[in-house]
Amino acid sequence: MLRRMRKSTVYFIAGGLIIFVVIQLLLSLGILNNYWRGIIFWGAAISMVALGLNLIYGFNGQFSLGQYGFYAIGAYASADITYRWVHSDPSGIVVVLFGSLLTLGLYVAVTAFLRRFYGVTVMARFTFYILATILAFAIAVAGLVPLLGPAVNSILQVLPAAISRQIVFFVALLGGACLAGIASFLFGIPVLELGSDYFGIATLGFTIIVKVLLDNTDTILPFPEMKGARGMIGIPQWTTWPWVFASLLLVILVMRNVLHSSVGRAIVSVREDERAAELVGIDAATTKVLAFVLGSVFAGLAGGIRAHDLAFLHPQSFNFIQSFNPLIIVVFGGLSSMTGTIITGFFWIFLLEGLLRLYLPEGFETWRLVVYPLVLLVMMLLRPEGLFGRYEIPFLRRVLPPLPTKTVEIQEEAV
Amino acid sequence: MAQTFSRPAKNGAMMQRHNGMLLNRFSQGFFILLGLFVVYVLGRAFLQNPKVFVEQVLNGLQLGFIYALIALGYTMIYGIVKLINFAHGDVFMVGAFTSFYAVATLQLHRWPTWLFPGVSEGLMILIGTVTVILTAMLFSATLAVVIERFAYKPLRSKPRIAALITAIGVSFFVEYFGALPFAFTNNYITYPRPFEVNVYSGEMISPLLVVGAWVLFVISLLLSGWFTWTSRHGNVQAQTWKRHPLLQFGLLFFGFMAVVLTLTGVKIETGGKVWDLSVSNVMLIIMGASILLQTLLQYVVSHTRIGKAMRAAAYDKAVARLMGINVDGVITATFALGGGLAGAAGVLYATAFKQVHHLMGIIPGLKAFVAAVVGGIGSIPGAFVGSLIMGQTEVLAAGFISTPMRDAVAFSLLIVVLLVWPQGIFGEPPAEKV
Repeated sequence: MLRRMRKSTVYFIAGGLIIFVVIQLLLSLGILNNYWRGIIFWGAAISMVALGLNLIYGFNGQFSLGQYGFYAIGAYASADITYRWVHSDPSGIVVVLFGSLLTLGLYVAVTAFLRRFYGVTVMARFTFYILATILAFAIAVAGLVPLLGPAVNSILQVLPAAISRQIVFFVALLGGACLAGIASFLFGIPVLELGSDYFGIATLGFTIIVKVLLDNTDTILPFPEMKGARGMIGIPQWTTWPWVFASLLLVILVMRNVLHSSVGRAIVSVREDERAAELVGIDAATTKVLAFVLGSVFAGLAGGIRAHDLAFLHPQSFNFIQSFNPLIIVVFGGLSSMTGTIITGFFWIFLLEGLLRLYLPEGFETWRLVVYPLVLLVMMLLRPEGLFGRYEIPFLRRVLPPLPTKTVEIQEEAV
Repeated sequence: MAQTFSRPAKNGAMMQRHNGMLLNRFSQGFFILLGLFVVYVLGRAFLQNPKVFVEQVLNGLQLGFIYALIALGYTMIYGIVKLINFAHGDVFMVGAFTSFYAVATLQLHRWPTWLFPGVSEGLMILIGTVTVILTAMLFSATLAVVIERFAYKPLRSKPRIAALITAIGVSFFVEYFGALPFAFTNNYITYPRPFEVNVYSGEMISPLLVVGAWVLFVISLLLSGWFTWTSRHGNVQAQTWKRHPLLQFGLLFFGFMAVVLTLTGVKIETGGKVWDLSVSNVMLIIMGASILLQTLLQYVVSHTRIGKAMRAAAYDKAVARLMGINVDGVITATFALGGGLAGAAGVLYATAFKQVHHLMGIIPGLKAFVAAVVGGIGSIPGAFVGSLIMGQTEVLAAGFISTPMRDAVAFSLLIVVLLVWPQGIFGEPPAEKV
C-alpha cells in the first residue's frame, strides 16, 4: 500500500505522526507546562481560523474581516452545548445538532424550490433562506427538545462517562462549526454581492455586531449562562492534543482536497477574474458563498477547540481589533499558501503571546502592540507577497494544472 | 443584482421554470413590513413624547455633522487612491489629543489675553477656540501627510492588499503608540472645553434671531432658484453663481439654523405638555464649523486648480499624469485636506462628548466610512448626506429600538443601502471594464 502512495503523501503522514507523538510525549511527560500547552492549542486554533480566511481571501479573493465573528459563534455555541451538558441539560445538543440538520434539509428543499424559478433576486433568496432557518430552529427549540431530549440524555447516560463525554465534545465541535456555517451562509448571500472593499467593511461590521450581541447575551439574547460582558465561565476543559491535532488535520485535508478538485479550480478562477470565470460557465455567486461558508466552518471549529481549552470566554477577546489577526497572519504567511499560513499562525501566537509576554521586561507589554505594526510595515515594504510567497510543501502542492507564476493581484480595478 | 442559479435540470429533461417575480414581490413585502415596523416604533415614540424624539433628532444631527467631517476625508482619499485609509480614524484621535494638550497644558485658547490683556471675554473665546481648532487641523494634516509619505507612497506600485495591510498597521501603530505612558496613556481623559457650555432654552432665543435665520435662508433659496431659472434660459454666468460657495453655505447653514432655532425657540403648551427644547452652543458651533468646512472643501474641489487636479486624478490617474498633473502632489494634498478635516472633527467630537481616549477614533472612523459609502463614495455631498443619515440612524436606534445595538444598526444600514443602491445614494455607476 505504501508503494502505491505518492512520496509526498508518505512524507506528510510520517511528519504528522512524528509531530503528534513528540508533542503528546512532551505533554504527557510534563516537559511542556500548561502555559505552553495553551500556546500550542491556541496556535492550532488560530491556524485553523487563518486557513479559513486564506480560503476566502487568498484563494477566492473576497477580502473578509469577519473571521473572528464566526470564530466567536463557534466558540460560544460549542461552549454552551457542553456547559449545558455538564449541568445535565441536553437541550444544547438537541437544538444545535438537530436544528442544524433540519436547517440543512430545509436549505436543500429551498434551493430545489428556487431552482424552479428564474429571475429571483438576491434579497428574495435571502428571505427564503432566513425564513427556513427561523422555522428550523423554532421547530428544534419548541418541538425537538421535549421530544428527543430525554432520549438523548438516556442514551448518553447508558454509555460510560468517558465515552459519552467525548461524544458530547464531538457534537459540540460539530455544532459550533455548523452554526458558524449557517450564519456565514445567511450573511454571505446578500453581502458577497457587494464587491471587494464593501464586503470587507460589511464583514467588519458583522464582527462588531457579533461582539455587541455577545456583550448582551443575557439581556438581548436568552442565554443567561453566557453572562454577557462578564464573560462565560464554567466551560469544561476537554480539549486534548489528539482533538486539536485531528481538527487541524481535518481542516488541512478538507481544504487541500477541495482546492485540488474542480470546485477548488472554480474558487481560484473566481479570484483571478470573476467575469471570465462566469463566461466559462462557473456560477461565481455560488462559488463565493461556498468558499465563504467553508472558511467560516473552519473558524467555528477552531472556536470550539479554543473555548474548551481556555474554559473561559469573554466578548473582548473577539472584538474587531483582534479580527485583524487572521488577516495579518494570512498576509504574513503568503496569500494562497497553506503552509505559510499554518507556520505563521503558530509562530504568531508563539511570539506574541508566548515569548514576548514572558521575556519582555516589566512594563514593556504595551510595546508588543507598537512593535508588531512596525514589523508589519517593514514586511509590506520589503516582501509584500508574504514570507512564504506561494510555497507549499509537496503534499499540499497541486499537481495539475500548474499555477501561473505571476504575483497575486486581486481586484486592481475600482469598485 | 439579479442572480439566478441557471443550472440545467438533471436527467437531461428540460425543467419548466417559472417567473420568479412573485417570489421577489414576496420578499419585498417582507422587508417593507419590517421597515413599517421600524416606522411604527419610531412613530409611536414620537407621538408618546414628541419633545424627547426631537431632542434625539437634534443629537443625531450633531453626531452626523461630526461624521460628515471625517467622511469627507475618507471619501476623497478613497476616491483618488482607492484605499480604505484605516488610519484616518486615528488622525481624528490625534486631532482631539492635540486640542486637549493645547487647551489643558498650553492654555492656547486664552492667547489673546497674553497679548492684549484688555480684550473682551467673548472675543477672546472666539479667537482662542478658532486657534485651537486650527492647531489641531494643522497637526492632523501633518500627521496624515507623514503617513502618506512614509507608509503609502512606497507601496503605490505594489498590489492593493499591501497598502490595505499597511493602513491597518499604521492605524495600530498610532493607536498603541498613543497608549504608551509617555504619549497619551491608555486612560479615558476628561476633556477641558475651550469655552463654557451654555444651554439656550426657548426664552433666551430672541424671536429676531429666528426670523433672521429664516429670512436669510429664504433669500439664499430664492437666489438659488433664480439662478437656476436664469441658467435654464441661457444665462451662462448664472450657472457659476449658482455654485458659489457663499450661496451654498447660506443655504445649508441658515436652513439648518432656522429649523433648529425654530424647534427650540418656540414654546407651546398643549394639554398639560410643555414644548420647550433647549439647544447648547456646542451644537450650534459643531453645525456651523462642519458646514463651513464642508463648503470650503466643496469650493476647493470645484473652483481651484488643485481641486481640478484632484478630480482628474480621481477619474483616471494614468491619464492625469499624461496631462502633466503631479499626481503624487495631488495625493499628498488630498491627505492633508482630509487630515485637517478629521482633526477639526476630533476637536468637535471631544468638545461634544468631553472625553478623549487613545482608541476613540476607531468606531467613529468606521462609521464615517460607512456613511461615505452610504452616500456614494467619491462624492462630497454624498458624504454629507450619508453622515446625516448615519447620525440619525444611530441615535434613533439607540434611543428607541435598542441601546446596545446602535453599532449593529449602523452597520446593518450599510448592507441595506448597498443592496438597494449598489453605488450609494449619490454615487456614480462605475465604468464597466472587461
